[in-house]
Amino acid sequence: MKKLFIAATFGIFVGLLALTPFSATASGPSVHLDKANNDLSDKESLKKGFKTYINYCLGCHQLQYQRYNRTFADLGIEEADGIANYMYTGDKVGGHILNNMPTKEAASWFGSAPPDLTLEARLRSPDWIYTYLRSFHIDESRPFGVNNTVFKDVGMPHVLQDLQGVSTIDEHGKLSPAMGGTLTAEEYDVVVRDLTNFLEYVGEPNKLERKALGYWVLAFLFFFFILSYFLKKEYWKDVH
Amino acid sequence: MLMKLFTDFMGWVDKRLPVTDAWNKHLAQYPAPKNFNFWYFFGSLAMLVLVNQILTGIWLTMNYEPSGDGAFASIEYIMRDVDFGWLLRYMHSTGASAFFVVVYMHMMRGLMYGSYQKPRELLWIFGMLIFLVLMAEAFMGYLLPWGNMSYWGAQVIISLFGAVPIIGDDLTLWIRGDYVISGATLNRFFALHVIAMPLVLVILVFLHILALHEVGSNNPEGIDIKKPKGSVKPEELSKFTFHKQYSEKYDIVDAVPFHPYYSVKDIMGVAGFLFLFCWVMFFAPEGGGYFMEAPNFTPANGLKTPEHIAPVWYFGPFYTILRVVPDKLLGAVAMFGAIVMLFALPWFDRGTVKSVRYRSKLHLVNLIQFAICFVVLGALGTMPATPTANLIGVIASFGYFGFFIALWFYSKNENTKPVPERIAD
Repeated sequence: MKKLFIAATFGIFVGLLALTPFSATASGPSVHLDKANNDLSDKESLKKGFKTYINYCLGCHQLQYQRYNRTFADLGIEEADGIANYMYTGDKVGGHILNNMPTKEAASWFGSAPPDLTLEARLRSPDWIYTYLRSFHIDESRPFGVNNTVFKDVGMPHVLQDLQGVSTIDEHGKLSPAMGGTLTAEEYDVVVRDLTNFLEYVGEPNKLERKALGYWVLAFLFFFFILSYFLKKEYWKDVH
Repeated sequence: MLMKLFTDFMGWVDKRLPVTDAWNKHLAQYPAPKNFNFWYFFGSLAMLVLVNQILTGIWLTMNYEPSGDGAFASIEYIMRDVDFGWLLRYMHSTGASAFFVVVYMHMMRGLMYGSYQKPRELLWIFGMLIFLVLMAEAFMGYLLPWGNMSYWGAQVIISLFGAVPIIGDDLTLWIRGDYVISGATLNRFFALHVIAMPLVLVILVFLHILALHEVGSNNPEGIDIKKPKGSVKPEELSKFTFHKQYSEKYDIVDAVPFHPYYSVKDIMGVAGFLFLFCWVMFFAPEGGGYFMEAPNFTPANGLKTPEHIAPVWYFGPFYTILRVVPDKLLGAVAMFGAIVMLFALPWFDRGTVKSVRYRSKLHLVNLIQFAICFVVLGALGTMPATPTANLIGVIASFGYFGFFIALWFYSKNENTKPVPERIAD
């Protein structure tokens, strides 16, 4: 009876907690998101993503919490190589990844100032970014002639249009294959995946280090638990 | 030689401050019932988490900037540029949630085994004060990252005080220190979070433990281990030596000294707890969006409301009670009422049998329904309000309050089982 009660109460308490939609990420309108399947340990992918970011995104979107030299170090880029090939803004190598977009004017150009993207992957999830960048379509009613199925009426033009081309949307909300870009659909997906990968990295540069340390800590605690169990048993011999 | 030096030193100290005596009174010769079970880990775990919060908090404070302009960036500075800053921050943020897990389990234990009943009312009251201060501490701490959910969560909760008749608006203005939540609010919340509340918390924890040791620990059987002096045959007395404060007044049975018996057992509990804690901290520090909410990864913005403002999960039960009441003032009254009920629990329960093991089936059912309602209320608090959710919330709220009301009625003449004299082996 007593064991049953403990088991029942505890089961209910913890079980119900576990049943709550614990895996649900941020709330918000349910748009179907494609899986990015990016790999943070793939440094080549991260480097390509970084390059794409510098070339296409940085003009409008800063990474104001992330430093150049930190990024070089984490991605395995030699500092000289980094300065020559990734830094076009004349900033110091130890400085943050900034642009010269005037915030006030930008707000009037785009409707709202382009947000900083350092934490975008944590705010919206990598899958969201991956899907969003592949969901632009023609919409003549919008200022830049494009709209987005993931982020409706977004103020941003389709910056990667020369790579992807652009889709049209039918009355069911389905996108046609993009036309007029320099890349095939598969190649474009890879570019976006690399960019997503980079943004996930920038969101939390210590993520891999965190998990790597985590395994050691858990392994230690596991053995510590076993030791403490036997220690307790040894002491309690006199009681039972 | 070294041992002698130590003994001499302690002798010198003890003549001036009763350190050895306090050690014996509260640890090495404190009589603890020998039958503590799983539920008795959470007291020491709460202490562990408190220490974790204080220590990581101190180091976070060294790099945190409490200003509207600098707070958000300083957190990212801690995450990126401070050595192991990310670890400190996650220990602190995961610790906040762990604190409530542990405290809720600790309270559940009290409910199950009647640990709030006479003579432990004051002990329970101190515990409830700790819970209340902890909620204030957590609420203020959640504003400090200055993310958008910090901002809007605080906005929603502070606006509750606006429901107070007549002085409501002035009261919210006084709390915020501004007409909207601003850097001024952040500054004062920072001060309260890092100094005022922790100080009160530590004092209350101290009093909680003193009160516990005055009346003695309850146990899963709810059987008193302190018998009237001279009522127990010498061969039946506990074989251990206890401090004279306890053994001079009572005959002590079925007890072990807290140290080393429960200190080694609690170390085991600590190891098990830390395993789960570190699992979350290293592999899912965002707790699936419940420990750290996604909208908090963008800075506070008074013009951009998150699509779904949800309080952190541990406020869920009380937030739901607030939300299901259609009137704002009555909702706030119900929410605070829910906590007042807990405070008054020792007087709602008019029974004398402590442990659920020897109480009626009705009490068991009432207790289980209360636990279920509490968890359901908590889950609903994190979800958007829909008519269905509201209906379930109303039912669960009735379950929550009903627990206390029903308890008051049936506990007077409850059909309890006979409680044994002694704790069985």
